[in-house]
Amino acid sequence: MAWAVAAVLGLLLLLGSPGGCGGSPGPPRDSLREELLLSPLPSGDIAATFQFRARWDSELHREGVSHYRLFPKALGQLISKYLVRELHLSLTQGFWRTRTWGQPYLQAPAGAELWVWFQDSVTDVDKAWKELSNILSGIFCASLNFIDSTNTVTPTASFKPLGLANVTDHHLLRYAVLPREIVCTENLTPWKKLLPCSSKAGLAVLLKAERLFHTSYHSQAVHIRPICRDASCLSVSWELRQTLTVVFDTFSIGQGKRDWSLFKMFSRTVTEACPLASESKIYVDISSKTQENELLEVTPPPLSVHEASVQGDRRTYAVYDLLSPLLFNVSRSLNVQLKWKRPQDSLDLSTPVLHAQRYVSGYGLQTGEISTLIYNTHPYRAFPVILLETVPWYLRLYVHTLVITTKGKENKPSYIHYQPAQDRRRPHLLEMLIQLPANSVTKITIQFERALLKWTEYTPDPNHGFYVSPSVLSALVPSVLAMKAEDAEKSPLFTSLFPSADGSSYFVRLYTEPLLVNLPTPDFSMPYNVICLTCTVVAVCYGSFYNLLTRTFHVEEPSRGGLAKRLANIIRKVRGVPPL
Amino acid sequence: MAAPLVLGILVAVTVRAVLYRSSLAGFISERVEVASPLNAWKRVVEGLALLDLGVSPYSGDVFHETPLIIYLFHFLIEYSELVFMITDVLTAVALYLAVQDFNKVVFKKQKLLIELDRYASDVAELIRTPMEMHYIPLKVALFYLLNPYTVMSCVAKSTCAINNTVIAFFILATIKGSTLLSAIFLSIATYQSLYPLTLFAPALLYLLQRQFIPVKLKSKDFWLYTTQYAALYLCSLVVIVCLSFFLLNSWDFIPSVYGFILSVPDLTPNIGLFWYFFAEMFEHFSLFFVCVFQINVFFYTIPLAVKLKEHPIFFLFIQLAIISIFKSYPTVGDVALYMAFLPLWSHLYRCKFFVFDSSHPHPHSPWGTLNSNTTDVYCVTYTLYISLLQILLISDYFYAFLRREYYLTHGLYLTRKDGTEAMLVLK
Repeated sequence: MAWAVAAVLGLLLLLGSPGGCGGSPGPPRDSLREELLLSPLPSGDIAATFQFRARWDSELHREGVSHYRLFPKALGQLISKYLVRELHLSLTQGFWRTRTWGQPYLQAPAGAELWVWFQDSVTDVDKAWKELSNILSGIFCASLNFIDSTNTVTPTASFKPLGLANVTDHHLLRYAVLPREIVCTENLTPWKKLLPCSSKAGLAVLLKAERLFHTSYHSQAVHIRPICRDASCLSVSWELRQTLTVVFDTFSIGQGKRDWSLFKMFSRTVTEACPLASESKIYVDISSKTQENELLEVTPPPLSVHEASVQGDRRTYAVYDLLSPLLFNVSRSLNVQLKWKRPQDSLDLSTPVLHAQRYVSGYGLQTGEISTLIYNTHPYRAFPVILLETVPWYLRLYVHTLVITTKGKENKPSYIHYQPAQDRRRPHLLEMLIQLPANSVTKITIQFERALLKWTEYTPDPNHGFYVSPSVLSALVPSVLAMKAEDAEKSPLFTSLFPSADGSSYFVRLYTEPLLVNLPTPDFSMPYNVICLTCTVVAVCYGSFYNLLTRTFHVEEPSRGGLAKRLANIIRKVRGVPPL
Repeated sequence: MAAPLVLGILVAVTVRAVLYRSSLAGFISERVEVASPLNAWKRVVEGLALLDLGVSPYSGDVFHETPLIIYLFHFLIEYSELVFMITDVLTAVALYLAVQDFNKVVFKKQKLLIELDRYASDVAELIRTPMEMHYIPLKVALFYLLNPYTVMSCVAKSTCAINNTVIAFFILATIKGSTLLSAIFLSIATYQSLYPLTLFAPALLYLLQRQFIPVKLKSKDFWLYTTQYAALYLCSLVVIVCLSFFLLNSWDFIPSVYGFILSVPDLTPNIGLFWYFFAEMFEHFSLFFVCVFQINVFFYTIPLAVKLKEHPIFFLFIQLAIISIFKSYPTVGDVALYMAFLPLWSHLYRCKFFVFDSSHPHPHSPWGTLNSNTTDVYCVTYTLYISLLQILLISDYFYAFLRREYYLTHGLYLTRKDGTEAMLVLK
């Protein structure tokens, strides 16, 4: 009897085990890849870029998904509820100085930037956008709830989808920037919580707020997009990339010396890889080493060296694979150090091919002019660039004053999309495709008029000024060196975020500085006085007209006078003066 | 009479041409007293540029002109300076002819009243003579042409000049007695800026007077004529609005032009009362005060019509002045129009309460320099001062006019019952 029960139990166990015949398919596969890229910048600073990529082979929109493993549940639910196709959110403090630091891998504008592509099945995109920005504001503890119609635009050419896309109706795209947003520990903590290993293991242990915010530039971003599951591209996987870029000022961390180490930068060292990660690597950019012999030395010596063409340049990376058991043989923790053997000549500075700056000119509080300078330093190739400018409604742009000059001659853009602003409803949107000749500076100027706002529309500190969001430059920059197609899995992650059609050019998205513009302010202490004075003037008119319209002329009859007059006459008689 | 007028026109045109070529032209176009969001030239150019880009000029909040202006300047943009000089000349000529005709009417009426013995015996000083009235049309035309406000308005190429021309033609048509033309020009003037709607009443009263139809509510002739005039006016207004629809194939211009005039969303400083008031107004009461301020422009019409039904042209003058002071975006061009009529009432100087001859201070606005708060307050007090001066000027003229009428019927040297000199009071 007992063996019969055991046999039945065994049979049940066999049938019930996962992988049994006819059972439901297992949960979709997901993988995590984490990496850290350390690159010395031409000006002597260090840029550290963290990238955490969770890839999930699941169709979030179709199935009722409830089991989340590496992909964070908060974001997964968001995508399925609001039918999001792509979501890109970045929170940045500081400004990437392209001219001294070189071309960034992933630049973000100062403040908060959010752009989302919705699926074409969404009926009310604006409502979904509003709710989405409010929920993201709660998830990331950022004031994204200030995103409303006055700072949201729908670009037509600039923000093409970065993932799989079959429909590109630009009415499904929304883009907003909040230049006034500040990034702090409060934003870093929820961002870290989305990581599978949180900040307990892997590269995320280096993310300590007190060091990360001691930097010249801090940018954290979340990118969600659908990608092909495999080469045949029959099904879709969801990719979540979390990137964090910081730029350390060597003078503050190295006490004047240009050597750096992980411990000096992050006050932590790496002890193990994240157990959930399928790949965990540290790349150190040692391109300068190969140019001059023994210019720098990296310790511990790297296990492998990887060469890649990144942004038109041949770069060499020293690779530390945290999952390889050889790495932690010598010591339990990994502290990558870089020592400069010789002082680096500043002649090493290579100006990036495309960089831009923007400023406000003019005087007084009535009018002004926004000027953008775009530099193309490529010696012989010209290429077009798309410029997107979003200007708030209270700076009234006059598009007939738009002037684009290159080398003293007028340069007509081949495509202009201008959407004028509506007061208190939407901002100006100006998108242009401008051809930049080789080795030139292009100057774009447009005049504006400053509006006087109602006194309740001013921020609590109105004399601080009002921010104008950074303008966005998107271009396919021709590379100086020919690049060959890289294997996506082997090269550093950032090379696969932007699409590249062929090896001869690479995609660059640059942001200019945000502008701070003063608006004329009314006197905030005087509302009652103003109302009284204006109503007095109106009342003077009303009173005079009332008198003239309702009364007629009469000859005045001398009256005996009231009490006051009689008293006055008595006093006058006493004084000896003629009576009234 | 034509020769001095032509001379005056030549001088005026020369002054404007000189100013166009000088550097003052740019400076004057930027002044907020001269160019308001409704009629600035910069915005006309912007609207035409938007049209060239393929965007409707009314999709943004920069362009608030009627489609008629788009249509006019689409072809004439190259000759804009010439257009504005010609409009000024046309206004002056129209005013000249109108006042000439009006003087004849006034003189005839005065003669009739003297013969009917309506006037008191000792008012010989107040009777107007043809000698005295001979130069008034020329004075009116020159007052308009050479007024610095008009010159500034023309040099800044503010479309207020075009509005003034339409109103001047309307006045000419009314005084000449043509119902159809008067209705057509009034509808164009209302279409351009909403407020000339109130000029319907004085025009109607004048035309009734000309047809010798008494203004009695029971009279059938009165109602017949009124409905005739109103129908002509409304029909031409509807025709013009529909024609504007066909220009851009949308009704967008209605909220952009009339909605803008009525709801005052743009708070750029100007010489009116609205902007600073609404800059400092609590949101909760904003709608209420917008309604109050707009009603303020319109509601003087009926009482003035009741009081001044015998003197419709003076009524017209007062109404023009009220529009210029209390409209939502006034400029000095509007002020110049009613100031051109002042020589018509120069015979009232004896009866005036205050003496205002060149009462308007020179334009000096610190707006546009560095510090915002204190100059803002200075700008506002200057604005209120200007409005107050204008109000006092108009009420002064009104007072003098009514007083003169009293003197005419009751005698100039009034004595009391006991023989001493009497004082006139309003009771």
